[in-house]
Amino acid sequence: MAGQVKQLGDSVLLTRLDAVANWARANSLWPMPFATACCGIELMSTAASRHDLSRFGSEVMRFTPRQCDLMIVAGRVVMKMLPVLQRIWLQMPEPKWCISMGACACTGGVFDTYAVVQGVDRFLPVDVYVPGCPPRPEQLIRSVMDLQQKIKDRGTFSGKEFGLRIIPEGPPRFDEDEIRRMRERNGLPLLDPKYNPLH
Amino acid sequence: MEFEQIKNSVSGAFPAVSLSWSEFRGQLRLGINASAVKQILSYLRTLGFDMLIDETAVDLLEYPDARDRFEVVYCLLSTETATRIIVKTWLNEPDLELPSVCDLWQSANWMEREIFDMFGIRFDGHPNLKRLLLPEQFTAFPMRRDYPVKGRGERHNFPVYTRAQS
Amino acid sequence: MPLELVDRDDPSGEQDAIWTLNFGPQHPATHTTLRLILTLDGEKVLDAEPDIGYLHSGFEKLGEVLDFNQYVTIVDRMNYISPLANEIAWHHSVEMLMGIELTPRCKYIRTILAELMRIHDHMLCIGTCILDLGGATAFMYAFNEREKIYDICEMATGQRFHTSFTRVGGLLSDVTDEWVQRVREFIKVFHKAHTDISRLVMKNRIFIERTQGIGMLTRADAISGGATGPVARASGVTRDLRRDEPYLSYDDFDFDVICSQSGDCFARFHVRMLEMTESAKIISQAIESIPAGPIYAEGMGKIASPDKSEVYRSIEGLIHHFEAFMPNRQASVPRESVYAATESPNGELGYYLVSDGDFRAYRARTRPPSLLHFALFPKMIRGCMLSDVVAVLGSLNVIAAELDR
Repeated sequence: MAGQVKQLGDSVLLTRLDAVANWARANSLWPMPFATACCGIELMSTAASRHDLSRFGSEVMRFTPRQCDLMIVAGRVVMKMLPVLQRIWLQMPEPKWCISMGACACTGGVFDTYAVVQGVDRFLPVDVYVPGCPPRPEQLIRSVMDLQQKIKDRGTFSGKEFGLRIIPEGPPRFDEDEIRRMRERNGLPLLDPKYNPLH
Repeated sequence: MEFEQIKNSVSGAFPAVSLSWSEFRGQLRLGINASAVKQILSYLRTLGFDMLIDETAVDLLEYPDARDRFEVVYCLLSTETATRIIVKTWLNEPDLELPSVCDLWQSANWMEREIFDMFGIRFDGHPNLKRLLLPEQFTAFPMRRDYPVKGRGERHNFPVYTRAQS
Repeated sequence: MPLELVDRDDPSGEQDAIWTLNFGPQHPATHTTLRLILTLDGEKVLDAEPDIGYLHSGFEKLGEVLDFNQYVTIVDRMNYISPLANEIAWHHSVEMLMGIELTPRCKYIRTILAELMRIHDHMLCIGTCILDLGGATAFMYAFNEREKIYDICEMATGQRFHTSFTRVGGLLSDVTDEWVQRVREFIKVFHKAHTDISRLVMKNRIFIERTQGIGMLTRADAISGGATGPVARASGVTRDLRRDEPYLSYDDFDFDVICSQSGDCFARFHVRMLEMTESAKIISQAIESIPAGPIYAEGMGKIASPDKSEVYRSIEGLIHHFEAFMPNRQASVPRESVYAATESPNGELGYYLVSDGDFRAYRARTRPPSLLHFALFPKMIRGCMLSDVVAVLGSLNVIAAELDR
């Protein structure tokens, strides 16, 4: 066996299946630009002439979730939009990753108001957070590189690493009792948790 | 059109309606009763105010020395003479209803829906009066002063997806 | 996209050809978040029902909490493809409420920035719409110019995107001579880039055929529907606040108001294209004649934000800072209401301000041009083809954050 390998010389490369899969996945991330607000314009800048995201293998923006493996949530997500975001996330095939771009997507940013979801990571798994309002294109490119590194380091061929996480990442959840009390005090019914405007 | 001309014309046409005129920073303002809104706006439309630039409402709950709860504001513009006039009227609970001006200016359609959405003021005769910006299930009127800025927990009311589930 | 046959009682027996299509809220041509429910007969659009609010984030509610200088950070995020234009509009209305007269230097700098933002906005509008109609080259060209304007903004304000540069009665800081030189250089190269894009787009057969005669808006509908800016001017409404109700220093410059009679998509693009050259004309006049002098007028007292070097190095400066920013020490404002508007790249951007005497608005209503333009959309699209939806949306330049606030 060893002799045969020697004969083949440089034409054969031995590696683990995981490593090959990760190498391929990391260098051809197809983003799904979930661009809602200002960060979407910076996302365009990143893909456009000066910054050119294609140098990092992820310029193939696909606007249908079924062809993508990286969701970039760019901009604030509000009450009416969150069910749409979740539905798009569920439509993406495995393996998939999520970048939360900008202060609003990460924490709600300056919009601490009744309508804005205070961080998409409360309701979705997020892999990389990009700070800034909005982040510069260089920062977004850096986050794509970080994600590539993360995939190369921890990814597996079968996607085992996804199944291990059974709690949502991100900050501790809000106090549900407090919300219930608040709504009861004001004489309001609780909203249906399964509410989805698209159904 | 000069301000004096407009004043004389409107006062001449509606001698029975109480009109309160004022000026501030070169803007002409007219305060009227809610019952006279439709006829005075129709008259202003015939005077040449062919564009409804803005229609909005103000909740005067915490305003010092305010006598009424809501103020509804119409900003009109004449595209020919570039004259502007601001018409104001006042409403009180529980009688939050005004005649719609959609038939005079198309632009009133969405702006009246927005006022209904944000303040809960109803417009009689509006073709499609339903919420414009917020979800249909939303129960509150968020631009009222007694509604907290951070809401009443609506923004947290969603299912959570973890990595293992999705 | 979910597709469903509509069951209707249609005597002509064509009911199975009528179907509804959900367009958005996540769609590449909506740029951000708009939703349309289209009723189609084959490929012909019979009706469109816009559903908005997918980016409603409570801007106006925040305007009641933050003071006049703080709210500028929120206003920035309203029309995010020309942030400085919003800041100028916001502080224009605050200054009108308080009766502040700006210094000539401040006016000139604001004028230059406002016109740069007009180029910025129109570049993105044209570039992305061409991208949606199938040509990526103009998009790349347009973004080249936008990056240059980002650099100019960054040099003056320290931020490339959300600059938060204006203050009540002035600006955050003065501009330098290098900045002036930078703007001069930009105007020089801009003409060439503009010609490139213009030749690439305006003489492109495919583009012309996809936009000419599409999405007609008549003059009467434009006026009744409250359309302003390039959308109205393309339909023959000869209104431009820069000329009709001059603010800042527009009175000093020589420029034309671009109008068109035809009212279709192509006219709207054409107006935008030519407006950019007018903006460049204004900038090149203004940049050569920026008056010397201070940014803040004399006798502004505690309204003017103090210079930071003074705040950090002297006790008087620190006291001044506290006087300007502590909520219970701030300047008082007349207990009045005012509506003031400026000509933003998209149209008339107005603010209706109500003050209860504090240095913050009791009510800060925005009059967004996009809202009224998008309300006209069903009227414009009726009778067109499904593929025209993208062209009409692009020509209206609807910005969701401004639309929903």
